[in-house]
Amino acid sequence: MIRINCPYCGERDHSEFSYGGDATINYPSLDASEKEWTEAIFFRKNIKGFQFETWHHSNGCRMWLVVERSTVTHEIKSVKPCHPNLQKVVENNK
Amino acid sequence: MTKFNAWNVIKNGLNGQSYWTRQWRDPEPKSIYDVVIIGGGLHGLATAYYLAKNHNIKNVAVLEKGWIGGGNAGRNTTIVRSNYMMPGNHEFYEHSLKLWENLSHELNYNVMFSQRAHVSLFHSPGAKDSVSRIYNIMRLHGTDAELWDLKTLKKKIPHLNYHNSRFPILGAAVQKRAGNARHDAVAWGYARAADTLGVDILQNYEVTGFTRKNGNIESIQTSRGIIKGKKIGFAVAGNTSVLWQMAELGNLPIESHKLQAFVSEAVKPLLDQVVVYGVGGAHFYISQSDKGSMVFGGDLDWYKSYAQRGNLPMVQDVAEAAMAIFPSLGRIRLLRHWAGVMDMTMDGSFFICKTPISNLYLNAGWNYGGFKASPASGWYFADLIANESPHNYVQNHNLERFEKGINIDERGAGPDPKLHG
Repeated sequence: MIRINCPYCGERDHSEFSYGGDATINYPSLDASEKEWTEAIFFRKNIKGFQFETWHHSNGCRMWLVVERSTVTHEIKSVKPCHPNLQKVVENNK
Repeated sequence: MTKFNAWNVIKNGLNGQSYWTRQWRDPEPKSIYDVVIIGGGLHGLATAYYLAKNHNIKNVAVLEKGWIGGGNAGRNTTIVRSNYMMPGNHEFYEHSLKLWENLSHELNYNVMFSQRAHVSLFHSPGAKDSVSRIYNIMRLHGTDAELWDLKTLKKKIPHLNYHNSRFPILGAAVQKRAGNARHDAVAWGYARAADTLGVDILQNYEVTGFTRKNGNIESIQTSRGIIKGKKIGFAVAGNTSVLWQMAELGNLPIESHKLQAFVSEAVKPLLDQVVVYGVGGAHFYISQSDKGSMVFGGDLDWYKSYAQRGNLPMVQDVAEAAMAIFPSLGRIRLLRHWAGVMDMTMDGSFFICKTPISNLYLNAGWNYGGFKASPASGWYFADLIANESPHNYVQNHNLERFEKGINIDERGAGPDPKLHG
């Protein structure tokens, strides 16, 4: 079991969460070329090692999180709210 | 190479089994090969075999980082079927099934291919409609497919749970020519047959880098020295992205996920078919091996991973599915379970294609279904490498299909690799 330290709820089993995917994708502007959109939608780095990825606390607070996790050892380095403003709120409340 | 036949079995039986030769050599690498296949799994070995057999290209090496049969070749649930509907896929998998039917003779190695029928249960009228459509398309293309009503199903497999109120069993879509095989034997059979034709199987050669010259790959650095090949083929599903980035080719429409498989203690004959639960139900498949173990699996672990070990929530999930469909398994003990790392692609279909490097060829993206595809995968990958152009069946199984909008998405699940189960 992977344990994810949700900034809102505390440390929980990963079975409470749903895996989103690569958190580093930047979608291009709407009038960008087909090549750029294809790259953003279909192509992935597929990192072997630490990567930033999104998880949804679907059976908890239902907030989206950015998790830095190793795809080899499953060790987690950091967990943050997806939205940067919410990160500030979390820090202020500590 | 001592051939396996009745005469040799009797002869060696009388001689204390002392005259069998080893299955394949452990050769020193040659200075240069016509083709180097990276990845000594089923697909890599099959490719080497068909290069030698169909195209007379015998100066071939297969590089394997571990040992033959130690990767995904030994980490699957051994199911062979061809119930696909998308153009390209159904011809490809049907050809694969035809190759399976003769594989033991072809390789002179008993791969224990058993056409015991693949039974996909359906659990709602909508699921019945959907699977009927797929199985009708299969029939139109000459693949065997049939629907069993509840009465037939109960007669064939009486011990399923027919009282499940959440996912009632309404019948089954069946492919009778489908079944399973012994996975180790397939790896060993291809290795032995390829070796007999002159292919060098180089085990414990882990690729660590590439040297480029004039845009091409000139040589391959490995943990045991440099290997040179005029043409290079990748057949390393699970780790394709790693090699792809080693060759500085950027991103791929692939994510690596892990899928678990489970084997129970051996029991007396319990199940004659491969049973899938099901269409419009959970995701669970089970069969019984020749040794008597129940072999089964379910969904992948839902998060990206290169770790060859499974996580516990999926063990629970699979156990629940097993109990829902097969309550008689309740007290059976699990002998072992493991996870294999798979290339999950953006549309659930594979790649057999050329790459931006002119002497590099790609075989990847086998999702849940690499085992059954092995013979045809080797066949068409060898064809691509030898003839420099893809066969009609695999002409759209390339990396450009996403930009062109011709995704081959059997499930219609969209560009999320983990959903293509």
